[in-house]
Amino acid sequence: MTEEDKLLEEITAKEYEHGFVTDIEMEVIPKGLSEDTVRFISAKKNEPEWMLEFRLKAYHAWLEMEMPEWAHLKIPEIDFQDISYYAAPKSQPKYDSIDEVDPELLRTFDRLGIPLEEQKRLAGVAVDAVFDSVSVMTTFNETLDELGIIFCSISEAVKNHPDLVKRYLGSVVPTRDNYFAALNSAVFSDGSFVYIPPGVRSPVELSTYFRINTKGLGQFERTLIIADEGSYVSYLEGCTAPMRDENQLHAAVVEIAVHEKGEVKYSTVQNWYPGDKEGKGGIYNFVTKRGICLGDYAKLSWTQVETGSAITWKYPSTILKGDHSVGEFYSVALTNNMQQADTGTKMTHLGKNTRSTIISKGISAGKSHNTYRGLVHVSKHATGSRNFSQCDSLLLTDRCGAHTFPYIDVANSSTIVEHEATTSKIADDQIFYLKQRGLDEEKAISLIVNGYAKEVLQQLPMEFAAEARKLLEISLEGSVG
Amino acid sequence: MSKQAILEIKDLHASVEGKEILKGINLTIPYGELHAIMGPNGAGKSTLGSVIAGKEEFEVTRGEVIFKGKDILEMEPEERALEGVFMSFQNPVEIPGVSMPNFLRTIINAHREHRGDEPIPPAEFLKKMKEKSAFLGIEQMVRGRSVNEGFSGGEKKKNEMLQMMLLEPEFVILDELDSGLDIDAIRKVAEAVNNMRDSGNAFLAITHYQRLLDYIVPDVIHILVDGKIVKSGDKNLALELEKEGYEMMMG
Repeated sequence: MTEEDKLLEEITAKEYEHGFVTDIEMEVIPKGLSEDTVRFISAKKNEPEWMLEFRLKAYHAWLEMEMPEWAHLKIPEIDFQDISYYAAPKSQPKYDSIDEVDPELLRTFDRLGIPLEEQKRLAGVAVDAVFDSVSVMTTFNETLDELGIIFCSISEAVKNHPDLVKRYLGSVVPTRDNYFAALNSAVFSDGSFVYIPPGVRSPVELSTYFRINTKGLGQFERTLIIADEGSYVSYLEGCTAPMRDENQLHAAVVEIAVHEKGEVKYSTVQNWYPGDKEGKGGIYNFVTKRGICLGDYAKLSWTQVETGSAITWKYPSTILKGDHSVGEFYSVALTNNMQQADTGTKMTHLGKNTRSTIISKGISAGKSHNTYRGLVHVSKHATGSRNFSQCDSLLLTDRCGAHTFPYIDVANSSTIVEHEATTSKIADDQIFYLKQRGLDEEKAISLIVNGYAKEVLQQLPMEFAAEARKLLEISLEGSVG
Repeated sequence: MSKQAILEIKDLHASVEGKEILKGINLTIPYGELHAIMGPNGAGKSTLGSVIAGKEEFEVTRGEVIFKGKDILEMEPEERALEGVFMSFQNPVEIPGVSMPNFLRTIINAHREHRGDEPIPPAEFLKKMKEKSAFLGIEQMVRGRSVNEGFSGGEKKKNEMLQMMLLEPEFVILDELDSGLDIDAIRKVAEAVNNMRDSGNAFLAITHYQRLLDYIVPDVIHILVDGKIVKSGDKNLALELEKEGYEMMMG
């Protein structure tokens, strides 16, 4: 795409456009969680014994754990027995070719703007689509295959690449890490698996779309990405759900391991249904995302655009173990109406000369609450390490809240840690200027917000950036007045 | 028979925070004319411009502003803009992160949408933007910067002219167009204004100094003192004013 094309990307405003329900025959297990549920899921997926053991261990750990309450969130009590833990389209869930996929399912992904057919492959993106609990289609990509890149559902990886899964699953996010990670480890149904062999740069972007469709279902996906020495991959994740009056639980775990000189760029556009204006319905999003730079000069970059969910509890983090390894976190979190978000990152500097950058842009509208929570930890061995953090908050109304909790924990005197924070309101002068040029208030605010978030948006791959901008605009609708 | 008026202001009173700034303005501007408002600091010149454009902090307590036959005082600023009122700001604000091309295309399309036209084709837009910004000598700024960010005073004013040229409004308020400009920049922005003047539009130039009017020759000059127009006349009034000072007018 030329620079001029970039300048001319279209943005148009719409309502939450992913709020439809797909009418498709589903197999849903009864609500409730017990050891039997865990065994059922494992059996349903024909898992080997070691996988079942992993799940059961996690389940028993979870039973002894308690819901975390430290976040700046008002979380209504969640009845874990009132959730169904597995739902899959009734027809054969995994397809060898596009012709076998239920047309209704294809239409769903089409409406979401995710054509699974050939053109997506030509567009240079390989897609894994997770519908409720199962991966329905991973676009097959010969190029990936030739390079030895593995991109498949985690269920397939358990069957076909057990050694890799055994070695890495739970190695970055241990099953006992936290309440939701333990729950996920027990009942995760599907998700994506990526392995990039040494020295290979993935020529295409790998992308997963998560869709919750079934009522009363909890979605627990698991993603595992391994970048071997000197490899590179850019991975994208998108999420949507129908509009429903009830709340639905989403508790995912993402683990990323980056070896020496490897690089992973992980981008998320999170657009789970946020609930209505009064705060009815919406997804509870409790997600554990963590990566580790295992080797020297490894790099992990997180970029997230968070506009959805009634409640967001999410801290994509990086452990900088290898010397000279680099961690980045770029985030735009927009909350409107009654949404609550508590999000940020954790950068743990263990290796020497490790560097991390945190750019967080919070935008609060309506009566929402938006919290940045970050921890920069530098161990005593991490000589010569540096961190730069910038946390900006933008308030659009006087009924919303922005909160910043930056924790810094440094045990090495040669470290440089910089922190900048600003809180601002959009200036009336800016709005008047844009109105004088013919833009209404919503358009004016949307333009200003997009400008404010630019530093983060420009980290996203092109196609995703356009989507993210559109999403910000949609999410701001009704935020004024 | 007198020419048809594009703007008629009748007995306009306006206050800010309870303090009356405009105390009964009467002003008629016909199509094809450029009127200048001159006056000492604090006379209400910029307030008049802001009230016409619809800035909310000013409260109109009495009077009418009729634009193309319609009272626009109840209209939102953006509706007035879409109807053809354009204001060149004295201090244009910066909008960080919003690229100039994105901004320009967005405002052009807002106007096109209002007229029921399709969005401007990308190639046509780029050609126009290039051409007009090259004329003003700000081609580089326009390509690489955010709106007004890092622009010098002169570049900001040229950017206002660029928007004017792209939007082709029917009525233009020039608020202190020459403030902070060197002579070359004044010539350039004046050229932009003079090129646009025709029988289908009109201008209101607000200025403290006579200097601008050497380059943008007005049809009528009004002297505004303490919220009222105390004298109107042709371009020679400016020279008179230059000699005598505002004190004379106030006496």
